[in-house]
Amino acid sequence: MSELKQVRKIALTGDEAVAYAAKQADVDVIAAYPITPQTIIVERLSKYVADGELNAAFIQAESEHSAISICLGAALAGARTFTSTASQGLALMHEVLHIASSMRAPIVMAIANRALNSPLNIHCDHSDIMNARDTGWVHLFANNVQQAYDLTIMAFKIAEDPELLLPVSVNLDGFILTHSVEPLEVLSDEDVQSYIPHIPYPYRIDFDRPLAYGVMALPDTYMEFRRQLYEVIIKAPKVFRKASESFSKISGRLYNLIAPYFLEDAEIIVLALGSTVETLRYVARKFRGRNVKIGVVGLTMYRPFPEKEIADTLANAKCVAVMDRAYSYGGVGGPLYTDILSTLYKNGIRTMIADFIYGLGGRDFKLTDAEELFSKLVKSVEVGRFDQDIYWWGVRE
Amino acid sequence: MTEIDVEKIVKGEFSWKTLPPAAMVKVPTSLEYKTGVWRIEKPIIDQSKCTKCLLCWIYCPDMAVKRIDSGSVEIDYEFCKGCGICAEVCPPKAIKMVEE
Repeated sequence: MSELKQVRKIALTGDEAVAYAAKQADVDVIAAYPITPQTIIVERLSKYVADGELNAAFIQAESEHSAISICLGAALAGARTFTSTASQGLALMHEVLHIASSMRAPIVMAIANRALNSPLNIHCDHSDIMNARDTGWVHLFANNVQQAYDLTIMAFKIAEDPELLLPVSVNLDGFILTHSVEPLEVLSDEDVQSYIPHIPYPYRIDFDRPLAYGVMALPDTYMEFRRQLYEVIIKAPKVFRKASESFSKISGRLYNLIAPYFLEDAEIIVLALGSTVETLRYVARKFRGRNVKIGVVGLTMYRPFPEKEIADTLANAKCVAVMDRAYSYGGVGGPLYTDILSTLYKNGIRTMIADFIYGLGGRDFKLTDAEELFSKLVKSVEVGRFDQDIYWWGVRE
Repeated sequence: MTEIDVEKIVKGEFSWKTLPPAAMVKVPTSLEYKTGVWRIEKPIIDQSKCTKCLLCWIYCPDMAVKRIDSGSVEIDYEFCKGCGICAEVCPPKAIKMVEE
């Protein structure tokens, strides 16, 4: 008989939930620079440290570039390291993001997804993380506050797995998740600490065993070092599954690389990242009531891209709609769309597909918007094609 | 894991699997790199002119100027790269650069 565990349910904003998760993870070093809508995360952490509830070095850096550089050094020194940023802050970190993954620094970073300037905007958008997509980090996306909390704890397990040793980002939609109060189940400190015990970082800076870090590699060796990164990051799905399985034992919640909803017989499949997945699910349930065979796929892991899972999911779809909260200007389409297109082509799947650019700069994607979009999909399936390949959904023409 | 065989790398006998992860490598410390062989000109100290001001000792970028018991200095030729800064800063011109 399985043991009944007492569940502690509290109400927190997404930012508070992430800070609480990092505190329970007993991080050693936090280096950060404030930026909306992330600020509350590091504000809470600095309070935990000041109040003596968390024994960590809290370093207020002079910029995000410095914050992530401090994290890189701390992680290489063997400290459990956490930071958080958004938008311009992530953009300013950019060069060090590549260095952190290439130097195998298991940093965990929460990203409160926000639009990039200009015009100045502080609201939800995925342009920030899409800019950092190819930096060699593992990118996870939360659909709600509970997931933001859970994925932050799991991120340490994944990042520090000796098989992986890569930085991990946990993405939560700016304001929509960071500032919304939602009820969530939190774990006990003991459960979290037994789930992610502090294990020594194998290449930590050690004066008795000196190593050279971040050396120069010329054309004769550079490509081999990049190949190492290619080889290591593709282990992330396996490491994620392992971390997820043991997490489910303490939480009762099991995460997969993708989160399918009503997929068994789905003819129309809508794919998205972040909080929109929940909006789509709610409306999909309504449409199912009207016998529309529609399903929703949320990607919990965006990098490495769960190609096989997506291909299996879309193999029999009549119609695919991709929701992009960012755009690749001058490119083929939004970033998620081009990933899905490549997956379909590589796996020999031909189906009607369109990209829906939505919610840029925090423009609301309401239930009524999702309903309108689903109706559009139903009509397009009836005529057997989309009248456009890229829709700017809700833009004022 | 962190050891490298320089000779094999020079010969191209390696793969991504045999290179240390993330280029974190054991390398000789600077004490083991005898940079003196880089030198084209060497500094010669005329001890009779030396006033023991120690400007050369302060300015040497490689800590190749050593203080000796007499209060004066000598050059550690194993590490001196022959940059000539000591000769340049010496007030009584007690250091001369001569070709190797």
